[in-house]
Amino acid sequence: MKKTVPLKDAVAMIPEGAVVMVGGFMGVGSPPRLIEELVRQRRGDLTLVCNDTARPGIGVGCLIDAGLVKKVITSHIGTNPVTQQRMLDGSIEVELVPQGTLAERVRAGGFGLGGILTPTGVGTLVAEGKRTVEIDGRCFLLETALKAGFSLINAKRADYYGNLEYTLTARNFNPLMAMAAATTIAEAESIVPVGVIPPDSVVTPGVLVHILVGRERLS
Amino acid sequence: MNEKEVIARRVATELKDGDRVNLGIGLPTLVAHYLPPSVHVFFHSENGIMGMSPLPGEGFEDINLTDAGGRPVGAMPGACAFDSAFSFGIIRGGHLDVTVLGGLEVDEAGQLANWMVPGAMIPGMGGAMDLVTGARKVIVAMTHRSHTGSKIVPRCSLPITSIRRVDLVVTELAVIRPSAQGLVLEETAPGVSVREVLQATQAALILAPGLAI
Repeated sequence: MKKTVPLKDAVAMIPEGAVVMVGGFMGVGSPPRLIEELVRQRRGDLTLVCNDTARPGIGVGCLIDAGLVKKVITSHIGTNPVTQQRMLDGSIEVELVPQGTLAERVRAGGFGLGGILTPTGVGTLVAEGKRTVEIDGRCFLLETALKAGFSLINAKRADYYGNLEYTLTARNFNPLMAMAAATTIAEAESIVPVGVIPPDSVVTPGVLVHILVGRERLS
Repeated sequence: MNEKEVIARRVATELKDGDRVNLGIGLPTLVAHYLPPSVHVFFHSENGIMGMSPLPGEGFEDINLTDAGGRPVGAMPGACAFDSAFSFGIIRGGHLDVTVLGGLEVDEAGQLANWMVPGAMIPGMGGAMDLVTGARKVIVAMTHRSHTGSKIVPRCSLPITSIRRVDLVVTELAVIRPSAQGLVLEETAPGVSVREVLQATQAALILAPGLAI
């Protein structure tokens, strides 16, 4: 059984300058309470890995707004003018990665692979400085694995073992990132008794979730 | 009919019953409105769903069910959800029949540029590079000209999205099929002459049989 950790204690484990993966796609499936608490505790100099930077005030957009991010590895910043502005003025470094490549680099990080070979990006700006490998006459880019110190995961339901179940398009990068960090911190919309989530419905096994954030009681 | 509707209606005729289709944000999204009732396709969205449908109406929003632009959508019976690696496995693995994307430039080699304008607009490629590289059929749905001129050019001046030759370009003026020999003008839009298309196009066009100036 996993003892849940209060939100502020969970976030206090994340040091300044950490590499942090955050699940979510345009804010959908991003962990709202963990992000809010990161902003409250002002953990800065973060390297953020996330599909996109959402919009100002939404999802990881709040981390950008608060000036906590020094580098972001992402596939899209087009919906967030603050990220674009800070990229242009040099206060945020942006590494743009094709979305499918980003997913596979994170997956590789969590699955013990050094990297992956993809046809995506061959012959484009994305290929600059990267090795290519020819297999059966077709050219592939070698893209290296991504790992993080922390991954911040949002689930629909968790049980007290930390087993996680996701919902619809809020799943996205969450199960991939849950495997790719030294410390995986998850929050869930609800926490249910062990046994309520059937084994077939568990997407991220609880034994891989290090910290389960508790739900504060209303008082 | 405005020019976007002309484009979307023509693209819709390319979709076949049972196709697995990804529509890009913006103009391509309109294509879904013009499918004939007899054609049922499965709409895929990068953020992890096959079987996406328009929002059935007000009051059906689910904050955990959106399209790739973050807008609320619906899911048709039989829809399924999956993670981002699986979603792009569908795209790259040859399991997506058609992708429809917007474009900034298409050139005589059939290469598309649609993800950045150096120094001016750097939104990132999102899923575009995977879609153009991996989908079985790539349709570019875009206006023929920008405010600076023809978007169909001899060679892309903007960074390309993929080295892959796209399959079809549909604009408000014409339908153009890139081939190993160059860009083939297949059709002109209703009421548009071949001469008008040629005048609006910077790239060289090969006229398909049956078309004449």
